[in-house]
Amino acid sequence: MTEVLLTQLSVAVLFLPLLGFAFSIFLGKKLKWAYLFEISTLFIAMALAGVIAFFKLGYFTGKDIVSEFEWINLGNTPLFGWIKIELGVLLDNISVIMLLVVFLISFLVHLFSIAYMKNDIRYNRYFAYLGFFTFSMTGIVITHNVLMMYIFWELVGISSYLLIGFWYEKKSASDAGKKAFIVNRIGDLGMLAGILILFATYHTFSFEKIFFAISQGHLPFNSGFWLTITGVLLFCGAIGKSAQFPLHVWLPDAMEGPTPVSALIHAATMVAAGVYFIARIFTILTGDALLVIAVIGALSAFIPATIALTQNDIKKVLAYSTISQLGYMVMALGVGAYSFAFFHLITHAFFKACLFLGSGSVIHAMHHEQDITKMGGLRKKMPITYATFLIASLAISGIPLTSGFLSKDGILAGTYAFASITGHWLFPAVGFFVAMLTAFYMFRLIILTFHGKPVDEHKYEHAHESPWVMTLPLIVLSTLSIFIFYTPNPVDANAGLFLSKWVKAPVISVPTYARYPFMVDDTQMKQPAVNAETNHREIVYSNQYTEAVHHAHYPAMFLSLLVATLGILFAFMMYQWKKINPDNVAGRLKPLYQLSYNKWYFDEIYDATFVAGTLAFSRILNWFDQYIVDGIVNGTATVTRTFSYVSGKFDTYVVDGLVNFVAYLSGLIGLFFRAFQTGRVQTYIVFVIFSLVILLFLFKSF
Amino acid sequence: MLHVGLNHFLVISSLLFCLGIFGIVTRRNAVMVLMGIELILNAANINFIAFAKYGNFGLQGQMIALFVIVLAAAEAAIALAIVLNIYKIFSTVNVDEIDTLKD
Repeated sequence: MTEVLLTQLSVAVLFLPLLGFAFSIFLGKKLKWAYLFEISTLFIAMALAGVIAFFKLGYFTGKDIVSEFEWINLGNTPLFGWIKIELGVLLDNISVIMLLVVFLISFLVHLFSIAYMKNDIRYNRYFAYLGFFTFSMTGIVITHNVLMMYIFWELVGISSYLLIGFWYEKKSASDAGKKAFIVNRIGDLGMLAGILILFATYHTFSFEKIFFAISQGHLPFNSGFWLTITGVLLFCGAIGKSAQFPLHVWLPDAMEGPTPVSALIHAATMVAAGVYFIARIFTILTGDALLVIAVIGALSAFIPATIALTQNDIKKVLAYSTISQLGYMVMALGVGAYSFAFFHLITHAFFKACLFLGSGSVIHAMHHEQDITKMGGLRKKMPITYATFLIASLAISGIPLTSGFLSKDGILAGTYAFASITGHWLFPAVGFFVAMLTAFYMFRLIILTFHGKPVDEHKYEHAHESPWVMTLPLIVLSTLSIFIFYTPNPVDANAGLFLSKWVKAPVISVPTYARYPFMVDDTQMKQPAVNAETNHREIVYSNQYTEAVHHAHYPAMFLSLLVATLGILFAFMMYQWKKINPDNVAGRLKPLYQLSYNKWYFDEIYDATFVAGTLAFSRILNWFDQYIVDGIVNGTATVTRTFSYVSGKFDTYVVDGLVNFVAYLSGLIGLFFRAFQTGRVQTYIVFVIFSLVILLFLFKSF
Repeated sequence: MLHVGLNHFLVISSLLFCLGIFGIVTRRNAVMVLMGIELILNAANINFIAFAKYGNFGLQGQMIALFVIVLAAAEAAIALAIVLNIYKIFSTVNVDEIDTLKD
């Protein structure tokens, strides 16, 4: 297995889903089995992704495989210099892991959809869109340059639009699709600006070359401040895609799409793309940019967690928990806990996909009932769904022996260590508080759905366990939520290959003065790790940081365990044992409850400000168009019309008049002479005689 | 005593001529027009004869007058034949109505 072969395989993996998409979309109307072709291409691609991951992680652990080709060469242009655009593939550890996760979850979602979407009128088209989505996401994962990243970024946007609005007969679904797309575009604008700054400065889109140039001290506009600006602008793209505050509003609405789509979009693909992108550009983020990212992440972790407490729609709860967990990852990146952020991205992908598919299974069984207050007691009817859902919930709550415990604990330890160095204690505080909220709302969800007595007896009677194509993905995903796949030691994530060998924070390229102080290497190494062999060092950033993380490990672990248990306990007290009446609590904290129940009024605020503002602005433009622009056009038209009217009149009366007059005159003269031409000989004789007489008088000689 | 001189002849002949012209111009009947022509010819004859009698021309005047009478007879024969033919075709001898050449 050579590097070239790996690259070729990755390109094959990229285009296989596209093939499936093309087949299914073009032949889907004729061939009933077109979706099977799409699923099989995806299966092959998943197998290939597994092969790539195996060989890359096994044999090229410390080496990044880059392969590129020249796409566009504009040569030496005036004012700008050389413009050469290259496309290519970058296979490093995080990209191959991500590749495998994307395809694994995508395949499981396909499998799940076979049963879930049964009897849908656009069955084949649905699978075509899924394939297209997977293709777009793969492009993001394996690209080696920021331009291709942007292209596939937008492809993800459009395919998410198609999938969220898949049931477009429903107004709310088509609106949700539009909302997701437009809100994403807002973030992408910032990202585009960042990309253009990078290209203008470095004349290349390649990550590798940009990072190298920055590590050589070549900065945009020669200032660290502009590097911060660039980083924040690029982060804007991630804000949109990963549904971070303040652009998180599209994600809850995106629940209008089919539930497997939610699982795909909100677990491993679209929203993960934002975090993945930050991880990609992590090395060029300055201290200030990272702080911005951390603050946004903390807000995104906190606000949706509070909203999730009071929501009654099973998917809405999961949607807000997704934003909250993504906020965790972004915050972790912001505080420098790079590897744990990526770790959480992976573990979250599995258990959140499991939760979404589990909710899909419940919704399927309840005949499209999504309100958890109308469920209950489903544990007995759907044992497999319940068990898998429970494992995934334990994972997201951060209970030991699960993957979520390891990654979440790592993130909390990271924020704790960060706070102990810099004094920003708000980050760990938010982190732990959100961990408690997460445990609470997840178990509220479980208890209301699966425990207790059924609320709606009729629907309960008809509920049934889902077919194997739906339960198998649940079982696989819940199994992957157990610690053993990541580390042999359930309390120490670093014991596993995943963190000790595969995922390491990259060497920071930012000049030392612009970094966080703790990211400045104080190990006195003369040779900072630039070459590939020493790329993954034992010491992350600095001794100071390593020490802080070391100290943070145990307090963070116990604290996180404590808050998670507290959260679960509260949930049981309120909903299982009914020791505390939730309505009383809601009544006691009415303003807070209202705030949470109404989602902090974000939609209302945006409607009142941005949407209404845009509408008002368009009305002004409309007015301007109608009265000024149209006025000018109409004015010109009126002037022209008047002029041509005058000119027409001149033509009819003067020119035509002249011509007609000449004709009339000729006619008149003709008429006069005609009178003489009577055709009667007598008349002519009279003329002759009169003429003779006249001549006689004229020439008389007498 | 009334003395008949050249002027009397000339006056008579010019009166005849004028009557002939008048007949040609005012009459609508083709036969009447022919009669006008006869009058003119005869007015000319009177002139010939008068100038022959009072001028020094020998018998040339009388000769031409005789010639004109013969000519007038021939002309009357031909013209009446035409008028008869016209009448056959148009059922009229009114010269005003015989205008098919006009169009």
